[in-house]
Amino acid sequence: MKKALSNFYIALIMIFLYAPMLVMIVLSFNASASTSVMTGFSLKWYGELFNDTTTLAALRNTLVLAVVSSVISIVIGTAAAVGINNIKKKWLQSSILTVTNVPMMNPEIVTGVSLMLLFVFVGKLVGMSDVLGFPTLLIAHVTFNLPYVILSVLPKLRQTDTHLAEAAQDLGCTPVQSFFKVILPNISSGIITGFIMAFTLSLDDFIISYFVSGPKFQTLPIVIFSMTKKKVKPDMYALSTLIFVAVLVLLVLMNIMQVRSEKKEQSKQEL
Amino acid sequence: MKQSSAVKSFINAPYLLWSVLFIIAPMIMVVYYAFTDRNGDWTLANITALGAYSQTFIRSIWYAFVATLICLVLAYPLAYIMSRSSMSKQRTIMMLVMLPMWMNFLIRTYSWITLLANTGIINTLLSKIGIGPLHMINTPGAVILGMIYNFLPYMILPIYSIMSKLDYRLVEAAQDLGCNSFGVLKRVIFPLSLPGVISGITMVFVPSVSTFYISQKLGGGKYLLVGDSIEMQFQSAYNYNLGASLSLVLMVMIIICMIIMNKFADNEEGAMII
Repeated sequence: MKKALSNFYIALIMIFLYAPMLVMIVLSFNASASTSVMTGFSLKWYGELFNDTTTLAALRNTLVLAVVSSVISIVIGTAAAVGINNIKKKWLQSSILTVTNVPMMNPEIVTGVSLMLLFVFVGKLVGMSDVLGFPTLLIAHVTFNLPYVILSVLPKLRQTDTHLAEAAQDLGCTPVQSFFKVILPNISSGIITGFIMAFTLSLDDFIISYFVSGPKFQTLPIVIFSMTKKKVKPDMYALSTLIFVAVLVLLVLMNIMQVRSEKKEQSKQEL
Repeated sequence: MKQSSAVKSFINAPYLLWSVLFIIAPMIMVVYYAFTDRNGDWTLANITALGAYSQTFIRSIWYAFVATLICLVLAYPLAYIMSRSSMSKQRTIMMLVMLPMWMNFLIRTYSWITLLANTGIINTLLSKIGIGPLHMINTPGAVILGMIYNFLPYMILPIYSIMSKLDYRLVEAAQDLGCNSFGVLKRVIFPLSLPGVISGITMVFVPSVSTFYISQKLGGGKYLLVGDSIEMQFQSAYNYNLGASLSLVLMVMIIICMIIMNKFADNEEGAMII
């Protein structure tokens, strides 16, 4: 009885979470351009999607921005985490971490607006009227990615024995060599987590991008936003359905891999 | 030794420079714009102009409060059920909860229009069983629903992650000592899950109070929130100074909320030790 009740509750929450997505998937196969009534089955919106140059260009822009910003974030972020971890003064370390937390704590709209004001202000100083574009988007994305990278690398560094790096240096490694040969392998899982988080945050960001982008370089969420200002055509639903399937496959694969690695661990322990 | 400390201070330099330029400087910009006019002269006009927005602020806080409360009520039982399920079931539910977060929130919010419209899917279903039609779209309820829908996972995940680490021997001990189920919930489970609840509340409240898209789409533009006002100043009215002063107030408001939340969390922990 209790079990049935809890399953029922889970089902209710899932219906709530997935109802709009179901609507979206069903209507992406609509024969007419309506986003409210299903008139018949067709694949034409998928065809239209692949001929829509604005959407495809925006998709490419989004991917380029996500890759570049997350790579820059893990380089600066990992270096920063090592640096922060090395700081001996407690107050200095905690004040740097407080500043690091600001982009995570601040409402996204405030982060977006504040960066926009900075860019516009600097643009006025150097006499450029349209500063907003790829560089400003990149700066904004790196800025909101960095805390996630730092906070996923820092715990791994704290777990790493600092004497190992010292031992490597005693045995003739330069500090840089000891970082790459000793520290880096120990924190690589944190860096990977940071990269995945940065990449997905960057892919999905709308609010901050909306304020710091210009007409020259638009990402997918921004194009979607300008489309939902008018009437949405089902090709947007087709695109979202494709993204949904891609994410679903990715998550299921990750799940399977996790189960497998856990089973391996278990069998190792049994041996 | 000298060489290594030089390397150490160098390794931090790019990030420190980055955070001064792109975290601290933008905040100073917000303050600067809030207290100047179009020509860059000092003025308090933007701050006094905020009086006209008191309704908007009150509405934002109220909607966000209601949305956060309902999220908590919905998420808490789910997190508990999840933490007591088998490992594979936990993983599946977790995946299902996270999946919507990876989808574009604009499209997902837009889909709700189709569901809630006067001739929409829900009303069509209701009319079949003889109810309705109910007027749902463009009401405060629809805006709050949009907030709950978008931010519910942010409440589920932190509470679940605390619950899954909870030591169930404590629950058994409480039961052995004569606690009934409600007593166990009130005296053992809830206090232990409080850190998750607190971070869930902040993770739902902050985006709810500052959202601008949900209210425009599901509220039909009738129930403007602070986020909408800020967006309008920057993207259509082009009054950056007034926009900056609105942002400044929003920022200060959230900092105050967080300080209160942290105090609350500390007190509860202190009480638990006693």
